[in-house]
Amino acid sequence: MIEKTRSNRAWLLVLPMTILVAFSAIVPLMTVVNYSLQDILGNTKVYVGFEWFRKVLRDPELHAAFLRQLLFSFSVLAIQLPLGLGISLVMPRRGWAVSASLVVLALPLLIPWNVVGTIWQIFGRSDIGMGGSTLVDLGLHYNYTANRVDAWLTVLVMDVWHWTPLVALLCYSGLRSIPDAYYQAASIDGASNWSVFRYIQLPKLKNVLVIAVLLRFMDSFMIYTEPFVVTGGGPGNSTTFLSQFLTRLAVGQFDLGNAAAFSLIYFVFILFFCYVFYTIMNRLGQG
Amino acid sequence: MAEIILQGISHAYDVKRGTADRPAQLPPAETLALRDVELRWRDGGAYALLGPSGCGKTTLLGIISGLIQPTRGTVRYGGKDVTMLSSRERNIAQVFQFPVVYDTMTVRDNLAFPLRNRGLGDAEITRRVDRIADSLELTPVLARRATRLTADQKQILSLGRGLVREDVAAILFDEPLTVIDPHRKWLLRRKLKEIHKEFRHTLIYVTHDQTEALTFADEVVVMQHGQVLQRGTPEALFRRPAHTYVGYFIGSPGMNVVPCEVVREPGGARVRVGGHVIAVSPEAAAAAEAAAGSADRLELGIRPEHVRVAGDTGDALAFAVTTVEDHGRFRIVTGTLAGSDRRLKIRIGHGEGRDVAVAAGGTIPVQFPSEYLCLYRDSRILAPMAPVVPDAPGAPAGAELLP
Repeated sequence: MIEKTRSNRAWLLVLPMTILVAFSAIVPLMTVVNYSLQDILGNTKVYVGFEWFRKVLRDPELHAAFLRQLLFSFSVLAIQLPLGLGISLVMPRRGWAVSASLVVLALPLLIPWNVVGTIWQIFGRSDIGMGGSTLVDLGLHYNYTANRVDAWLTVLVMDVWHWTPLVALLCYSGLRSIPDAYYQAASIDGASNWSVFRYIQLPKLKNVLVIAVLLRFMDSFMIYTEPFVVTGGGPGNSTTFLSQFLTRLAVGQFDLGNAAAFSLIYFVFILFFCYVFYTIMNRLGQG
Repeated sequence: MAEIILQGISHAYDVKRGTADRPAQLPPAETLALRDVELRWRDGGAYALLGPSGCGKTTLLGIISGLIQPTRGTVRYGGKDVTMLSSRERNIAQVFQFPVVYDTMTVRDNLAFPLRNRGLGDAEITRRVDRIADSLELTPVLARRATRLTADQKQILSLGRGLVREDVAAILFDEPLTVIDPHRKWLLRRKLKEIHKEFRHTLIYVTHDQTEALTFADEVVVMQHGQVLQRGTPEALFRRPAHTYVGYFIGSPGMNVVPCEVVREPGGARVRVGGHVIAVSPEAAAAAEAAAGSADRLELGIRPEHVRVAGDTGDALAFAVTTVEDHGRFRIVTGTLAGSDRRLKIRIGHGEGRDVAVAAGGTIPVQFPSEYLCLYRDSRILAPMAPVVPDAPGAPAGAELLP
């Protein structure tokens, strides 16, 4: 048997990474934990236990924002996944059209987020915006600054415009990686287009779709910049999502205890949903 | 099931097929994937398409299966022109290089899939699937998901998807053993043989591995540069390679090919290799006689197995040994004939040439028996050789190339 010598010097090897992780993740997180468990004002600190958590969880405004957020994120998934998948299926497979369509598709992804917000803020205006005034000319009473539903839908359409290309690009890369032999075998087996999609393309895209769902869920669940620019969370609270709510608590009202408690809850929410999605999608197709 | 006939097939990947009135303009012959291929595949035969990578064998398979429309030429199944029909309409089955199974389905559903697509009734589907699963030994895993099979089981399963269609015209294999572990390869090969015996489908098997081709097929087609060099039984390819490349490609090590010249003698022509005059068969001698004096390149081919290590008889040639590789059951000896610098290989079986010391640096006496010699003119065999092995009684004809 080989004698293993114990050497405490081995800890030195772990040290750099520990410091890095500590400063990038643990220390900031612990700061938030500190704020969430104490009432801190200047130099006075009072330990309050879970008081902040209790308070923030009972806040009806948070409940509303949370429901709004869930509805928004699920709408985003429900629209962007099928749409992105559909776009990727009809994208050209060879020739110059491939590069052309990829560039056109990627354009929204290259625009800074607040610029996206600005574009839609102007585009949607019912007096001078091309989109908004067209809707008004068609006889619709569209006005995102006054109507809650219009505002909510505008943010949703903007997000679809902004992020569906990401789903489409992911799916397209997934489709391109399916070997030709699968399509040939399906053609020999007499499979219909639907069968090809159902039994070859969809199963082979599973991993890509898991990534798309996770990315789009997390991103939409944390959406901040674009609605902030377009509607500022209004009218009323109709486009106040969780991030806006948090910012209002922390920066607007300087209510650090509540904000810290809610930050942690928010964090756990996202972890939980991602875990659920990941597990469900991984189980799918394994029987 | 039907005879498959390929007539005048040429193919270039970047040229569209023309119409009957206006055939496509073909690019220069060297750039073609296939050049004027004429082949006839008898119904129920087991064939192998053998050749190096890039010789056009996979293209030819694609043309037979309907995945590729040839730039020129006709594909017939029986009497029917199927050139423009899809794979599905041709009713063929294909096993690909990598196992293609439907991941989300069970083994049973995989087997049933082609039948369901053709709208068969449930009872009939169950009957056929059970029968094929039984033949392929897939019954114990029928309820299992197809992704959980081993690679060789997956290949068997993709073969099964072809076999369930009882009227399938032919089953094509595109290097199906590429991803199979070496020790499972022979199992799968044996399985294929059994399946062929049981179902008597026409099987066409593409490979670059001569062992696979020679053990699988009743008849092997050897291709190079988009052309068919020879087709014949494994025996014929071994004994009478029609082209020096076939001689080199088949056999391990390949055939020795050495430049030679014709010597006219009163008793008939002979050939001279280096400084030695060697007798050849009467047919070869006559053909050599006819070729004498032309500018064509003449070469003599002999298999390493057929070079005889002679005792100290008079007409033996001196062979200078450079290296000896001992393979256990035989030795491969490399060296040169005196008066020539062309390297030759000789295979000496265990127990053969005991009385002769074979060692690097030494010289051994060898003979080239005339019955094993092949004479080549510009790489093509001279003198039409009689069939090496007579056809078994009742064996269907059709082994010949089309005119």
